[in-house]
Amino acid sequence: MATRTEAVNTAAIVRQSLQGRRFSLGGVAFEAGLLLMLLVSLAILVTLLADIITGALPVFRDRGLDFVTSGITLDSATAGVWTALLGSVGISVIVAIVAFPLGLGAAVYLEEYAPDNAFTRFIQTNIRNLAGVPSIVYGLLGLAVFVRMVDLIGLGGSDSTGGRNIIAAGITLAVLVLPIVIITASEALRAVPDTIREAGLGVGATRWEVVRHHVLPSAAPGVLTGTVLALARAFGETAPLLVIGVATGFFSAGSAGVFDRLTGTYTALPVVVLSWSRQADPAFKENLAPAAILVLLVVLFAANTAAVILRNKYDRKW
Amino acid sequence: MKRVFLAAAGVSIAISVAIVASLAGNAISFFTEVDKASLLDVGWFPRRSRFDLLTPIAGTLVMAGIAMLVAAPLGLGAAVYLSEYAKPRVRRLLKPVLEILAGIPSVVLGFFALLWIGPNIVVELLNSPKPATILTAAIGVGILVTPLVASVSEDALRAVPQSLREASYGLGAKKSTTVRSVVVPAAISGIMASLILGLSRAIGETMVTFMAAGAVGGALRTWDPLDSGTTLTAAIASVATGSDQVAGDALAFDGVFALGITLFFITLVLNWASDRFVRRVRERY
Amino acid sequence: MGNQVAEAPRLAGSDATDVASVPMTVTVSDRSEPVADNPAIFEVDRLNVHYGDFHAVKDVSLGIRKNEITALIGPSGCGKSTVLRCFNRMNDLIEIARVSGSIQYHGVDLYGPEVDPVQVRRHIGMVFQKPNPFPKSIYDNVAFGPKIAGFEGSMDDLVEEALTKAALWDEVKDKLEGSAYALSGGQQQRLCIARAIATSPDVVLMDEPASALDPIATLRIEDLMQGLKEDYSIVIVTHNMQQAARVSDRTAFFTVDMEQTGQRTGVLVEFDETSKIFTNPGEKRTEDYITGRFG
Repeated sequence: MATRTEAVNTAAIVRQSLQGRRFSLGGVAFEAGLLLMLLVSLAILVTLLADIITGALPVFRDRGLDFVTSGITLDSATAGVWTALLGSVGISVIVAIVAFPLGLGAAVYLEEYAPDNAFTRFIQTNIRNLAGVPSIVYGLLGLAVFVRMVDLIGLGGSDSTGGRNIIAAGITLAVLVLPIVIITASEALRAVPDTIREAGLGVGATRWEVVRHHVLPSAAPGVLTGTVLALARAFGETAPLLVIGVATGFFSAGSAGVFDRLTGTYTALPVVVLSWSRQADPAFKENLAPAAILVLLVVLFAANTAAVILRNKYDRKW
Repeated sequence: MKRVFLAAAGVSIAISVAIVASLAGNAISFFTEVDKASLLDVGWFPRRSRFDLLTPIAGTLVMAGIAMLVAAPLGLGAAVYLSEYAKPRVRRLLKPVLEILAGIPSVVLGFFALLWIGPNIVVELLNSPKPATILTAAIGVGILVTPLVASVSEDALRAVPQSLREASYGLGAKKSTTVRSVVVPAAISGIMASLILGLSRAIGETMVTFMAAGAVGGALRTWDPLDSGTTLTAAIASVATGSDQVAGDALAFDGVFALGITLFFITLVLNWASDRFVRRVRERY
Repeated sequence: MGNQVAEAPRLAGSDATDVASVPMTVTVSDRSEPVADNPAIFEVDRLNVHYGDFHAVKDVSLGIRKNEITALIGPSGCGKSTVLRCFNRMNDLIEIARVSGSIQYHGVDLYGPEVDPVQVRRHIGMVFQKPNPFPKSIYDNVAFGPKIAGFEGSMDDLVEEALTKAALWDEVKDKLEGSAYALSGGQQQRLCIARAIATSPDVVLMDEPASALDPIATLRIEDLMQGLKEDYSIVIVTHNMQQAARVSDRTAFFTVDMEQTGQRTGVLVEFDETSKIFTNPGEKRTEDYITGRFG
């Protein structure tokens, strides 16, 4: 039991310590250090964008949209990204055609049909592993399998191309982004409340009917958002294309027909950035490459914005 | 319809099998056909039939190590600040910085590394004779990986229950003590996962090294970051883009697959390890 | 100053059946003569707490005495926890919280400009509703507070003393390096008590410390509190009236007052020795609450 004197002493101690200083140098330094890390990242981003924009500005100022609509030439005054854009867009279309149905189908199986057993878990683990495989390994897969496959079924283009075309590239990149499509589509499906499924099954619909008429429409925005993001990812990929055999030098499709363009040599926007960065001619290195990067970033930005708009517009609160 | 979807899911397994089979097939050809002596020849010069595997491996280790030295403090620092200190308005302003960085394709960072980091940092600040070195690429890869480290770490930090922070404050800890001694240790599994994921991403990264590390057509084995060098990934890309001889030169072609399968297994192990750490986080709370 | 534990609250001679409306003024009943050894540690005068525009607590005045257990009781949402958290400035952690009025702690204005909340919390320990040990070993949990306060003596002895006072030592003395999460809920809460008293506070605040525990663990905590009273002053928030009646020396009854604006603001209705509150309360609202007519 506390005595009178002890009580006074404790009170005195407490009173004294409470009048202390509030400022903690260590605490402030710690917080400042952390903020500094974030600000360094900001500085890096700003430097990068400034570097690119200052390099690219002269090109657009002097030539405007002509840069976007011209083909690849050896002359820095006339070279443009049109051919590369076509190639990238063509690849993206094929990626969409291959990855979307496969990815959505796999997600539907995993979320709507698959029993909770070891095999299902194995598939999911496998997909997570595939998501972490380096992109260049997919390029090797493409070189070993898809290039030959495309050639064998007669879509290989000329003898010198041997299957190293947009089709093979599209399939390869589709396989690369497939895990992303599956994972995002799965999340979108999972977000649909079970009550919707139960209601459908309750009136005697088959599982497929429930999925088709109720679940998929609800999950559609999320699935589309995921697909758009996956396409954006594929649009910026370079390494796999290098391995498969994209044209890094100068070439022109000339007046070739659509089929020849699809099955023949091609190039893509990120690849053009690569090859122009390595040119000795400073105009390519310092102006045209940044200009191509700017086009690339604008496309990616547009895609990401579209995805965000999609998500926000259709984001239902259950 | 179930079978249709099952088939779609099965494709993912087929892809894994195809990757391993195609890599292994050609890699085995390589190892059986290559002149074993050349494997110990210092230097990776595939067109001269010199296949010192240690060269690209050394390059990968040095590059990825330095990249993590960049990404870990930047990413973790940003994550801790955003999670524990940033007021909502500040957060809304600064978090997109990381999200934008995350969306920048690697070829753009390769360009930035070669044409800005090289001349302005490596040459200017460190007095290196040439801009394209392993260090240049490593800094670029570090920047590339930072958003990944930041985002996974931040998730881990935010998952720490508020009650732990309250307990710490209740004991008379100031904020920095609480963050350092309670929150970060509580989130350590997720933070470890983020670092391992970052390392795996750095090891698997191609374009930055290909463009900025300096090796053209081959490289000498080196552990010096200020040398030019090559990595597992860049070596594959170099052979692929060198000339049209890839298909013809069977050994170089197969050698590329040997590199590929090495790469595949390294990243597989790292991703598995990271997954284990993430699962530990889920168990804890 | 004994433990006059009242039986299940039964009012002598109360046969009032209608709940007449009571005026909204706050009545602080006359405090009985302070026991010679029990000076006031906290003097609360017209305490008000706002969360942004929400008036959470209005005009609370009371005194907390040394080496007593003071219980804050009342229906949920009446601001008891808010008041409790004012004593160790935990409300500072909430951005929109505003405290007005005064709390004197050993004669020092707790919210004075020169007072460092970190120092305040070294003298005032807190135990929370749900046990929240750190994901560290049992030893490190208890040692955490003293370590950051710069304790330089024998930590082993300090840890043992704290665990002993929390009635946990015998159960964990062989597994001090083990994870705190391996303990049962009741053991974890006693660990949290040990952790709180390891810094030698003079006050321990407890926010519904047993509400997440089973009845047996609850009784152990209540027994513990009787022992702790010798060294510490305890303020406990509880929604369990019987617990308050069993355990505390003084009780403060809070309730919700809907002001003209319609906000659920907490007010102090009555504050007195526990025996009086539970056998012969001065306020109608108190009587209604403890007899179960509302709340």
